[in-house]
Amino acid sequence: MRSSMFQLLRSGSASRASLLRRGYSSGAVPERKVAVLGAAGGIGQPLSLLMKLNPLVSKLALYDIAGTPGVAADVSHINTRSEIAGYAGEDQLGQALEGSDVVIIPAGVPRKPGMTRDDLFNINAGIVKSLCTAIAKYCPNALVNMISNPVNSTVPIAAEVFKKAGTYDEKKLFGVTTLDVVRAKTFYAGKAKVPVEEVNVPVVGGHAGITILPLFSQATPKANLPDEDIKALTKRTQDGGTEVVEAKAGKGSATLSMAYAGALFADACLKGLNGVPDVVECSFVQSSITELPFFASKVKLGKNGVDEVFGLGPLSDYEKQGLESLIPELKASIEKGIKFANQS
Amino acid sequence: MAATSAATLSIGSTVSFGPKAAALQQPKSMGVKLTNLTSFTRFSGLKAAGSVNCEAESSFLGKESNSALRSSFALRAQKQQGRSSHYHLQPQASFKVAILGAAGGIGQPLALLIKMSPLVSTLHLYDIANVKGVAADLSHCNTPSQVVDFTGTSELASSLKGVDVVVIPAGVPRKPGMTRDDLFNINANIVKSLVEAVADNCPEAFIHMISNPVNSTVPIAAEVLKQKGVYDPKKLFGVTTLDVVRANTFVAQKKNLKLIDVDVPVVGGHAGITILPLLSKTRPSVSFTDEEIQELTVRIQNAGTEVVEAKAGAGSATLSMAYAAARFVESSLRALDGDGDVYECSYVQSDLTDLPFFASRVKLSNKGVEALISSDLQGLTEYEQKALDALKPELKASIEKGVTFVQKQAVAA
Repeated sequence: MRSSMFQLLRSGSASRASLLRRGYSSGAVPERKVAVLGAAGGIGQPLSLLMKLNPLVSKLALYDIAGTPGVAADVSHINTRSEIAGYAGEDQLGQALEGSDVVIIPAGVPRKPGMTRDDLFNINAGIVKSLCTAIAKYCPNALVNMISNPVNSTVPIAAEVFKKAGTYDEKKLFGVTTLDVVRAKTFYAGKAKVPVEEVNVPVVGGHAGITILPLFSQATPKANLPDEDIKALTKRTQDGGTEVVEAKAGKGSATLSMAYAGALFADACLKGLNGVPDVVECSFVQSSITELPFFASKVKLGKNGVDEVFGLGPLSDYEKQGLESLIPELKASIEKGIKFANQS
Repeated sequence: MAATSAATLSIGSTVSFGPKAAALQQPKSMGVKLTNLTSFTRFSGLKAAGSVNCEAESSFLGKESNSALRSSFALRAQKQQGRSSHYHLQPQASFKVAILGAAGGIGQPLALLIKMSPLVSTLHLYDIANVKGVAADLSHCNTPSQVVDFTGTSELASSLKGVDVVVIPAGVPRKPGMTRDDLFNINANIVKSLVEAVADNCPEAFIHMISNPVNSTVPIAAEVLKQKGVYDPKKLFGVTTLDVVRANTFVAQKKNLKLIDVDVPVVGGHAGITILPLLSKTRPSVSFTDEEIQELTVRIQNAGTEVVEAKAGAGSATLSMAYAAARFVESSLRALDGDGDVYECSYVQSDLTDLPFFASRVKLSNKGVEALISSDLQGLTEYEQKALDALKPELKASIEKGVTFVQKQAVAA
C-alpha cells in the first residue's frame, strides 16, 4: 500500500511538473468562468474571495438575491486575474450563469443549534430547485458543485430537475463533501500526531451525521490507532458540522472552513477540466458502487467532470458496520429529494 | 490514490525592487511555496499574481527558467536547492500571529487566509464576542497552524503572549457618507486599549494597524508605546497594502496590462487625498495621459468609498482588505524568517518628509523596517509634487489629532 501510494505521489508530482512545463510552453491557461450562487452569504463571501485568488479562474460571477453589488465591488479590487461581475435578483440569474464552466451553490439557510441538516430541507429544497432550473437553461454543461444542505437530498433534487430539462449529465453533478475529508484529516493528524499536510483519509457515504463514513483504516500515514480512538475520530468527523453550529451559538454554521473546502473542490474541478492528470477528490455523485443511486467516494476529475468513480476499497469491520447503518438513512434522504423535485 | 486537499496559500508580497529583481529572486518567493507544491496545494500561481515581476507575458507561471525550476522542486519533496544563497527555501511553520478583532467583517476572512499560510504555527483570535465560533470553524482546516480563541478584555493579555505579529482590524467600519475620520472617536479608544495590552505582553512584536483612521491610529499606537517605554518605530506599521492592490488593479485594467506584472508604489497616508499613487513610477513603465493620471489617482483615493457605497450600509471593504492584510502579514513573516528581499509600502515613522509618519516603500527585515525607500520621493512629476504638497496639511492634522488624543489621557499603567 505504501509503495503504491508513493508511486502515485511521484507520478502525481511528475505529471504536475510536466504540466507546468507544458502549461508554460503551450501558452495561456484556459479561460474558465465560475459562478457562485449565494455569493453574499456566510459561505459565499469567503468562498468568493478564495475563488478570486485562484489563478485558474478568468471570470467570476457572483450571484445572490441581494448584497452582491457590494461584495463584487469589494472583491474586484484584488489584483488577480479574474474579472468580477456581481448580479442581484432572479432576473439577473441567467446572465450570471451564461458560459459558466463551474457553478458553486452555497445558497440557502444554515443550521441553528439543535437542528439537523434535514431540518433545512423545506427552505433549501425550493431554492436549489429554482437555481438548478436556471442552470439547465443557461449553462447545462457546467460542473455543478452543490453545497446547499441537506446535500444528501439537494443533489438528487438537482438531478431530477436536470433530467426533466433533458440536460442531466451524471458526470457533472457533485455534492461537496470536501469539508468532511478536511475534518477527518485534521482530526486524524491531531490524534496520530502526524503533520496534517501529509494526511490522506477517504470519506464516503453522504454528508450528514452517520451517513458520513471516514475510512480511517485507509488513512495515511498509518498510525495503528486503538479502536476507541477510531470510534472517537469517526464520531467527531460525523458531528464536525454540529460542533461548529454549537460553538457559534445561533450565529451560523461553518462558513470559513466550508469556503476553504468548497474552494479546494472547485479548484480540483477546474484542474480536471484543464486536463491536469490524477485529480482525485471525494464527492457525492451518482454512483453504482452500492445499491444507492448516489454515494460519496473518491472520484477522478477530468475534462468532462467525473472520469472514474472509485470503489470503497477494503473496509474494517467497524467501517462495514458503519456502511450498513448509513444506507437506510441515506436512501431515505435521496428519496425525499427525488419526491420533492417531482412534486411540482 | 488521491492527492490533494490541503491548501496552504502564499499570498505573496510586492516585487523586490533591488538590483537583483531578476530571475534569481523569483525562486525565493516561489520557494516559500515549496511545501505547498509537495502538499498538493491549490492556488500555487497566486504568489506570482501578487508579486513577482515577470517579464513573460504568456504564462502566469512566470519565466521559463522559473517554471522549470519549480517543476524540479515539485519532484524533490523536501530538499533545499540552495539556489537562493541566504534565504532557505523551506520555511517552517513557525510564527505566531494574533488578530485583534477576529470575529469582525475583516477579521474573519483575514483569519481564514492566515490559517492557510504555511508560515504560521499558531493563530490567536481575539475579540469581545463570537470568536469561539470562528475558532471552532477554522480549527477544522487541515493546515499546520493551531487556532486558539480569546474572548474579552480578561483574555486579551493571554492572546498576545509570545506573538510575533499582531494584526489589528478591530473597530467599526464606515457607513455611506462617512469619512475614515468620522470613525475616530470610537476606534481611537479601541486602539488605545489594545495597544496598551500589546505593550504589556508582546512589546517586540510587529504591529499591523488596520483600524481606521490609520493616519491617526498609528500615531496613537506610537504614543501609547512611548508612554510604556517600549516604542520601536521599526515595528509599527499602518497597513496601506490595499491602496497598492487597488492601484495595481486599476492601472492594469486601464492599460490592459497583465495584472501580475503591475506594481505601483503608493505613498502618503491612508485616507482620501493623503493616498498618493506614484503612477509615474509604475512597473512596468507605462505612459499615461493627463486625464488618465487624474482619473486613476482619484479612483484609487476614493476606492474605499466606492465599496462603502456599493455595500449601501452593509459595511466597508472586508474581503479585499483581508487579502491585502494577509499579504502584508506574509511579507512580514518572510522578513522575520530571514528573507532579505522583502519590500512593501507601509505607513510608518519616517524622515522622508517633515511629517513624523509617512507611507512609502520600505524594506523589511527581521527587525522590522530596515530601510525607507527615499528614491520614491525623487523625480516626481508636477502632478505628483502638487498632490504631495496638498496632502501634507491633512496628514499632519490627522497625525496631531492622534497624538493629542493620547497625550490628553493618562495611559493605563
